Amino acid sequence: MTTQTPFIFHAENIKKAEKYIQKYPAGQERSALKALLDLAQRQEDAEGQKGWLSNAKIEYIADFLKMPVVKVYEVASFYTMFNLKPIGKHHIKLCGTVPCCLLGFEDVLNTFENKLNIKVGQTTPDNTFTLDEVECLGACVNGPVVQIGDDYFEDLNVESTTRIINTLKDGKPIKPGSYKQNIK
Amino acid sequence: MLDKKDRIFTNLHGEHSPHLKEAQKRGDWDKVQNIASLGSDKIIENIKASGLRGRGGAGFSTGMKWSFVPKDSQLPVYLVVNADESEPGTCKDRDILRHEPHKLLEGCLYASIAINAHTCYIYVRGEYYREAEVLQQAIDDAYDARLLGKNAAQSGWDLDIYIQRGAGAYICGEESALLESLEGRKGQPRLKPPFPAMIGLYGCPTIVNNVESIAVISTILRRGHEWFSGIGRANNTGTKIFCISGHVNNPCTVEEAMGIPLKELIEKHAGGVRGGWDNLKAVIPGGASCPMIPKEICDTVIMDFDALKEVQTGLGTAAVIVMDKSTDLIKTIARLSKFYMVESCGQCSPCREGTGWMWRMMERLVLGEASEDDIDHLLEVSKKIEGHTICALGDAAAWPIQGLVRHFRGDIEARIRSRSLV
Repeated sequence: MTTQTPFIFHAENIKKAEKYIQKYPAGQERSALKALLDLAQRQEDAEGQKGWLSNAKIEYIADFLKMPVVKVYEVASFYTMFNLKPIGKHHIKLCGTVPCCLLGFEDVLNTFENKLNIKVGQTTPDNTFTLDEVECLGACVNGPVVQIGDDYFEDLNVESTTRIINTLKDGKPIKPGSYKQNIK
Repeated sequence: MLDKKDRIFTNLHGEHSPHLKEAQKRGDWDKVQNIASLGSDKIIENIKASGLRGRGGAGFSTGMKWSFVPKDSQLPVYLVVNADESEPGTCKDRDILRHEPHKLLEGCLYASIAINAHTCYIYVRGEYYREAEVLQQAIDDAYDARLLGKNAAQSGWDLDIYIQRGAGAYICGEESALLESLEGRKGQPRLKPPFPAMIGLYGCPTIVNNVESIAVISTILRRGHEWFSGIGRANNTGTKIFCISGHVNNPCTVEEAMGIPLKELIEKHAGGVRGGWDNLKAVIPGGASCPMIPKEICDTVIMDFDALKEVQTGLGTAAVIVMDKSTDLIKTIARLSKFYMVESCGQCSPCREGTGWMWRMMERLVLGEASEDDIDHLLEVSKKIEGHTICALGDAAAWPIQGLVRHFRGDIEARIRSRSLV
């Protein structure tokens, strides 16, 4: 099972991890936990898996910070940005809270579901796309908003959403930021 | 309407570069020694006299909060900046982080001098990855220019600033949950007292302030507390960043004078309500937790802490969510109920169980599959949650529902009746 694929930080991430830990007073290394989990989630494991936290990654971080595994798991399972199961290459997070809803979230949602042929919470069979609905992303004056990877895509409608999906399917880079037509 | 010369955030919309050189041209980090030499007591006095009330939602006096830190503490004191902006409707801190980061950093220096802190943590919500990058760049540049670190900006004060990124949890915007999260735990609020000013981060005295509260400090100290308190009215002073979202022609973030009439705010800056003012149905004036107000109140209400409290809602984070007549208000509040259910940390049973119960009841009301007694039942349950939890998330879940029933009970009843006729 993939969760048993062993994991260790590569040299660059060890340096980064140590830098994160140094932000905090001696004895408070645990404060760096979320940062380390994020590093681990981003790093490919031996099987080329990334974007989620396998048990091996969680155990490694527990060992790294000399913490009980269960305490690390508690944190990993509490915060929504840690994925505890495999996800697709592009993790699409649609903001479904009220300001985005008022401005056409459902149109954007339907476009993603139809074009990708999956429902919210699912991953395409080729592991390219995972679609999730999230709570307020905090870009409310630019709704509807979608986060893909680390970037926000704002002021979306059916047309711009379609364009984004097609570009991603073609394997090309997409431009983050606002997709508003005729900006003031 | 706020005079252009009274704007604090001259790069709020990012027309110019956020970086150090350009920020300095806009006046940031100017004559730091003069301000720093005021020292703790005078800085606190000035901020108290300016009337600045916390911009994160609760509206507590910032200067007063600072004065709660014990003067003779043997323990280190921490300044923590709350940049975990997640209140639905709110996106003002995002613009400060990505367009005006140096206003925040300079404010951190004066706040740290005021409360006797040498270490500051800025907790940025995890989703704001790019914003945290800009802020980190600003911090690195400030260190390189010796504006931070030992003898920061030749102020005689040592200050280190670090970013910690969150990882997705609305509750971490609650100050004690934020401290738990900073310490590497689940973000579950702590019982108060003790308040963080006495026992906060790592058991040390800690002040937690919102991004906007800190980012206005340098301008207040530079221009004088009389200037700041001269804007708005007594107890509701200064400028405020408003986020106007929803059914307006031009959703936007804008800095305005505290106390601007809601109608003027929407018409002057957001291009008016979609379809005209008469097409307005209701407004949530201060972020999701504040009860909505119907058009009749919106016609005349002004936007400050006390005026909105008088009409049984609040200024909160000044996130104005506008809803026109096409809005299904019951469905909108049901969606907010889902938000609180998802974001409840699960610590207190009234909130953990109650938010889910209220959401399920709201979903029934959306369909009209309920009796009129159920509305009273829902109100009663909301009152059982309100005030019976460790933090205010339980209250925040109850208030939007109470606001809906207060002003639009007729709409809910009509839907129930139309359903029962089917």
